[in-house]
Amino acid sequence: MSVASPLPHDAARLHVTGTARYIDDIPVPRGCLHLAFGLSTIARGRITAMDLAAVRAAPGVVAVLTAEDLPFANDVSPSAHDEPLLATGTVHYVGQPIFCVIATSHLAARKAARLGKIAYDEAPPILTFDEALAANSRFEEGPRIYQKGDPAAAIASAAHVVEGRLELGGQEHFYLEGQAALALPQEGGDMLVMSSTQHPTEIQHKVAEAIGVPMHGVRVETRRMGGGFGGKESQGNALAVACAVAARLTAKPCKMRYDRDDDMVITGKRHDFRIDYRAGFDAEGRIAGVEFVHYTRCGWAMDLSLPVADRAMLHADNAYLLENARIESHRLKTNTQSATAYRGFGGPQGMVGIERVMDHVAHALGLDGAEVRRRNYYAEMSEGGPSAPPTAPPSPPERISEEKKHEDLASRGAVGETTQAAPAAPAGAQTTPYGMEVSDFILHGLTRKLLETSDYAARRAAIDAWNAGNPILKRGIAFSPVKFGISFTLTHLNQAGALVHVYQDGSVHLNHGGTEMGQGLFQKVAQVAAARFGIPLEMVKITATDTGKVPNTSATAASSGSDLNGMAVKAACDTIRDRMAVHLAQEHQCAPEDVRFEGGRVLVGGESMSFAEAAQRAYVARISLSATGFYKTPNVAWDRIKGQGRPFFYFAYGAAVTEVAVDTLTGENRILRADVLHDAGASLNPALDIGQVEGGYVQGAGWLTTEELVWDGKGRLRTHAPSTYKIPACSDRPEVFNVALWDGANREETIYRSKAVGEPPFMLGISAWLALGQAVAACGPHYPALNAPATAEEVWRAIGRARHGL
Amino acid sequence: MSKIHVTTTVNGDETEFLCDPRETLLDCLRNQLDLTGAKEGCGTGDCGACSVTMDGTLVCSCLVLGVEAQGKTIETIEGMAAGGELHPLQRQFIEHAALQCGICTPGILVAAKNLLETNPDPTETEIRYWLAGNLCRCTGYDKIVRAVQAAAAEMRETA
Ligand code: FES
Ligand code: FES
Repeated sequence: MSVASPLPHDAARLHVTGTARYIDDIPVPRGCLHLAFGLSTIARGRITAMDLAAVRAAPGVVAVLTAEDLPFANDVSPSAHDEPLLATGTVHYVGQPIFCVIATSHLAARKAARLGKIAYDEAPPILTFDEALAANSRFEEGPRIYQKGDPAAAIASAAHVVEGRLELGGQEHFYLEGQAALALPQEGGDMLVMSSTQHPTEIQHKVAEAIGVPMHGVRVETRRMGGGFGGKESQGNALAVACAVAARLTAKPCKMRYDRDDDMVITGKRHDFRIDYRAGFDAEGRIAGVEFVHYTRCGWAMDLSLPVADRAMLHADNAYLLENARIESHRLKTNTQSATAYRGFGGPQGMVGIERVMDHVAHALGLDGAEVRRRNYYAEMSEGGPSAPPTAPPSPPERISEEKKHEDLASRGAVGETTQAAPAAPAGAQTTPYGMEVSDFILHGLTRKLLETSDYAARRAAIDAWNAGNPILKRGIAFSPVKFGISFTLTHLNQAGALVHVYQDGSVHLNHGGTEMGQGLFQKVAQVAAARFGIPLEMVKITATDTGKVPNTSATAASSGSDLNGMAVKAACDTIRDRMAVHLAQEHQCAPEDVRFEGGRVLVGGESMSFAEAAQRAYVARISLSATGFYKTPNVAWDRIKGQGRPFFYFAYGAAVTEVAVDTLTGENRILRADVLHDAGASLNPALDIGQVEGGYVQGAGWLTTEELVWDGKGRLRTHAPSTYKIPACSDRPEVFNVALWDGANREETIYRSKAVGEPPFMLGISAWLALGQAVAACGPHYPALNAPATAEEVWRAIGRARHGL
Repeated sequence: MSKIHVTTTVNGDETEFLCDPRETLLDCLRNQLDLTGAKEGCGTGDCGACSVTMDGTLVCSCLVLGVEAQGKTIETIEGMAAGGELHPLQRQFIEHAALQCGICTPGILVAAKNLLETNPDPTETEIRYWLAGNLCRCTGYDKIVRAVQAAAAEMRETA
């Protein structure tokens, strides 16, 4: 059986021999030209003069483009059309592309790009939360508010109240392969674009508009990315569009890749947040009411910030039943990079807010954090499964009017998007603050098991004893759970297509709409196809994602890759298999249901033939051996303005316990041990899923500990290389790292009852940050209110707060 | 600027190329010799994606000039599977699922091979610190360390 096996990544052999090709490795035809952007050096102002003579005269330069030279659309925004490829008179952040150099080599293009002389009329930039609030600089007219119950009254009448503020930093994706694209002009003005993107359809759309052809004139191919993490959902648009425009102009192949510092300076990152909170609770730590105010710096353009900020609100409950909750969200416009998608898409930020509250409550009452959390959990549903899901609403026709044709319908940032009337949760059901019934909660059992296997109680006692006796080195241990909603919140994106061919020799070729960025999606999907046909995996090949094979795809994002594409591939395979079965059943005078596909053979009416032979017979009988498959997620409907509905098909769960040590003299710290138990449903491939969990944990812990983005007072990013921006290295990995998958099937009908696993484990890293908070809290009587990232400096400052108060 | 003629041994083959004196060894390997296994992750010696060995020493090829390769012996990932047969490290990386997007993999394999050549029985800590200069954003490193340990054990047995 090829599903549920720990098979290696489909391209593993290519990777270990160095022969797997990324965009920059693809052999290019002779005469390929290379591009680089000339960037704004100020954060806000008007361009008063532009002298590009030195750029044009530099060695190797073929042409230089400015906004005026663009033949059609000057727009690389995935949402509000507020992001020109090249600046049009005004600049909005340090690093904004102003002109584009086309040269004979990468180095020549880069060197020339530095020679532009640009004069500006500078304006004071809006950089910080306070500056943005003072200037009322924001996206959307005002804050978005979701509310359930009456939190103000609940807090007012609660026995205890905590309140505070949390500063939560952003995060650079640091995909090891920088952004890259290659455009190859085709006959008749068509364009072939190879792009390191999570969203080929978006690239196709943007390129088509930029070179003035219908979408059918542009084909986008993506074989693989060297990491994406959300950073290649919209941020590749500029490179692909620039290459296509330059290729159209010069009739030569054009390639562009960002060097690491350009990549960090130009592209968007995870949204940083400021979260103000106030919570009322009883003596047991049960939350009676909670209020959050989220502020987030979205940067200069809208990009995907609205759905990101929405998802933060949607995860403000994490795993806890909040009867009275209010979440207010301010989406601030600042003169910095346009913050974008990053693994978790705002969910982690929302989750950190409520985890801070749990931590603060436990500290105020002197209770164990794990215990307080468990007391606030949603109730576990009986094994019988969820109460009947609300029947799918008769989807009201989405109001997509004619004049909106140009909109980026396939983008998560689609503006003027439709909302669907969402059915109310059944009366008496436990609901999230946005009115969705939680019917698949499994964290009670999962938590019990993890606390046991990690020996939490005994270690906590040992750490308390250690801390009582050691004034310099302090240790901390913390538990944190994850409940993460799976689906695109923009309902119509929850669809996928696939194309499957069976050849006469029984080999199978398939394509689907998802992209491979290391998560092992191709492998998982190939396993599904092999299982449907009952053939060995070697007979299945998946080639590059291609907009010419599967159209109108959604981004490979929101952890949806295998849920959506696995189902679409299954549908296509089943179509072909059923056609073969009908034919063979006729031949053998039996029922199609009696034809079996297993072990590389097809069994029918007492005869056994190889799958290849069955394919040949079907071919000779003129049976089509090619099919498309399609899937749309059932039971999702969401009204983002009201904050009501069922935005998610199901939830994925997990929990972690982390132990750390802190040197109180310097704030330096280290993760000593991490224990993780994660829910991947009935895992399609445990090896790949555990890899996602380990990688997610480490990346999440990195976000909240060492990864610090620093902008100076002029809006310049000072941490634009790995020398100054510290992602976890091999030596930072927890010394003891126990990772296991929770054994249990998805209660919803997903592909082989598996669960999405791309994003949820990222938030397991929150436990590392909480553990640091515990170690710091052992230094003094006060609540340390540790901010994130908890760099050595921040830990050291928090130690001061623990000792001396705020 | 005139180009300089460089003669060097790459993966056992006598090789020559012309390069600009300011060109990095990484660019020479990738652009002149079509050896694209070494990757540019940062260009500043911080990520290890461009790791190769020069006369047996592990180097970041983004910090070495192409002209410095004159008369030297260079080993890259492309030379690791001798005669098409995978090196134990390569096999164990596949077995242990020690890669995801795979772009760090060539550099990590070259670095790990170099470690095992000088230290056939490294402790886990030695492996972790040796590989600390090779960044991986995807895996969280656990499986990488295990794969190196398994390969070391296998190589000791067959040695
Ligand atoms: S590219 Fe050489 S160390 Fe990063
Ligand atoms: S596998 Fe992606 S960077 Fe290591």
